[in-house]
Amino acid sequence: MSSLAFTLVKGAIALNFALVIAAALVYLERRISAWMQYRIGPNRVGPFGLLQPLADVLKLYTKEDIVPYNANKTFHRLAPIISIAVALAMLCVIAPASYVLLEDGTKLFIAVAPNVNVGFLLILALSSIGVYGITLAGWSSNNKYSLLGGLRSSAQMISYELAMGLAAVAAVMLSGSLDMNHIIASQAGGRWNIWFQPIGFIVFLVASFAETNRAPFDLPEAEPELVGGYHTEFSGMKFGLFYLAEYANMFTASAVMTTLYLGGYDMPFLPQLLGLQEGTVARVLFELAVFFGKVSVLLFFFIWVRWTLPRFRYDQLMNLGWRVLLPLGLANIIVTGAIVFFVR
Amino acid sequence: MNVTTNTRAERMSFWEKLYLPEIAKGLALTFKTMFKPKMTRQYPEERWEPLGSYRGRPVLVLEEDGERCVACGLCSRVCPALAIEVQAAETARDKERYPAKFEINMLRCIYCGLCEEVCPEEAIVMSKDYDIVFHSQEEAIFGKDKLLVPIARLQERLEFLRQYK
Ligand code: SF4
Ligand code: SF4
Repeated sequence: MSSLAFTLVKGAIALNFALVIAAALVYLERRISAWMQYRIGPNRVGPFGLLQPLADVLKLYTKEDIVPYNANKTFHRLAPIISIAVALAMLCVIAPASYVLLEDGTKLFIAVAPNVNVGFLLILALSSIGVYGITLAGWSSNNKYSLLGGLRSSAQMISYELAMGLAAVAAVMLSGSLDMNHIIASQAGGRWNIWFQPIGFIVFLVASFAETNRAPFDLPEAEPELVGGYHTEFSGMKFGLFYLAEYANMFTASAVMTTLYLGGYDMPFLPQLLGLQEGTVARVLFELAVFFGKVSVLLFFFIWVRWTLPRFRYDQLMNLGWRVLLPLGLANIIVTGAIVFFVR
Repeated sequence: MNVTTNTRAERMSFWEKLYLPEIAKGLALTFKTMFKPKMTRQYPEERWEPLGSYRGRPVLVLEEDGERCVACGLCSRVCPALAIEVQAAETARDKERYPAKFEINMLRCIYCGLCEEVCPEEAIVMSKDYDIVFHSQEEAIFGKDKLLVPIARLQERLEFLRQYK
């Protein structure tokens, strides 16, 4: 099989997988939020209500697509597409497992685009494009609430992108590479970045909550004051795409955090104990399980936090971003830099 | 620069401004709650049985020898929502009058219970039915066929009325 065809197949699998995960997350979010509020949650459609997301998507598809009379039709259509496309595009550099060694000695990498030397930079760049989806959605709807939501979103993303980038820089300094596979390889054997970069991890975590517009940083869609924020004027599957993009973003953010701080698919001792050789299919399956185990913990954390914390006020959000996270990130870089310089 | 730091929020310490300890407390609470018993009632399977004091849809009391109602029309007069229509007719029984037609428009009824309160015969009482469904406006007008309920099923409400009315 040519490598292009193989990449396309991998890409298709990754896309579908991410969309299924996003749908499953919607279900989990509703179920977990219910449990946290002494409720049961959706349990009628299918066994344990597992088919609820399917029913929701079917419903969204059959809904009327309403476009406001004065909306900018082009951008109104483009905005949800940008949102979901960016969320999914980030998956390409994520490595959920290492590689399979073929008989002729070539390595079959599991990541869609393995060994991209600017891998992490690509993720940061793509996540900044994500803001266009939301800002354009707010602007093109010709609705003051949507516009406010879009504006908030751009301000929030710019503020937190900085802190996120700074936190990541320190982790990248430790790993010495922007390539996702290298970053994971440098953490092999349990030397995960989270042990050396606890502050960086917290800053990155908080910033990625803001980047994915999740509570407590969901100001762009604050229901009480902005009706629905940027997606007020969207209906049917356009709204559905925003919704899916939120969860796809969550998944991507968790995958990135797993790669950067939790050692990716690395799990110390266990593969050796089980006798799994590097490059075998069994090892890859094991790594996939480890990777998605770590990602699910983070995903649960995302949901958990959303149903615990109230939304920040706008000035609190800006204060936290610029006056706490940014200095913390900077200090973290300086300390890490000094240690890396003097110790290595 | 004239900066005043008056409010308590502005005097928070660095750790408090980070919110982390409080967040951890909140997270612990929600996590514990996840495993607590749920309060949801699975409605169609698990039904709630109201007490005698509950004001469900008004029904007419049906005794062994026919309905109690003497068609005096008081309930119809008092009903604030103008939901009741009574047409009287004569009968050979002791009470001499009975309602030839008794209709309650359930789209109008506000479940106030005034009809029950005013009835001299205790012939119209509030039942325990709370899930009342219809598919059209015509269906929402309940005639005698739907209103008459055997007295045995209304004992609890009648006792409640005797005690508190
Ligand atoms: S309960 Fe109130 S509204 Fe309903 S029929 Fe009786 S008096 Fe009328
Ligand atoms: S239900 Fe009671 S108040 Fe109404 S007409 Fe009959 S006897 Fe009179």
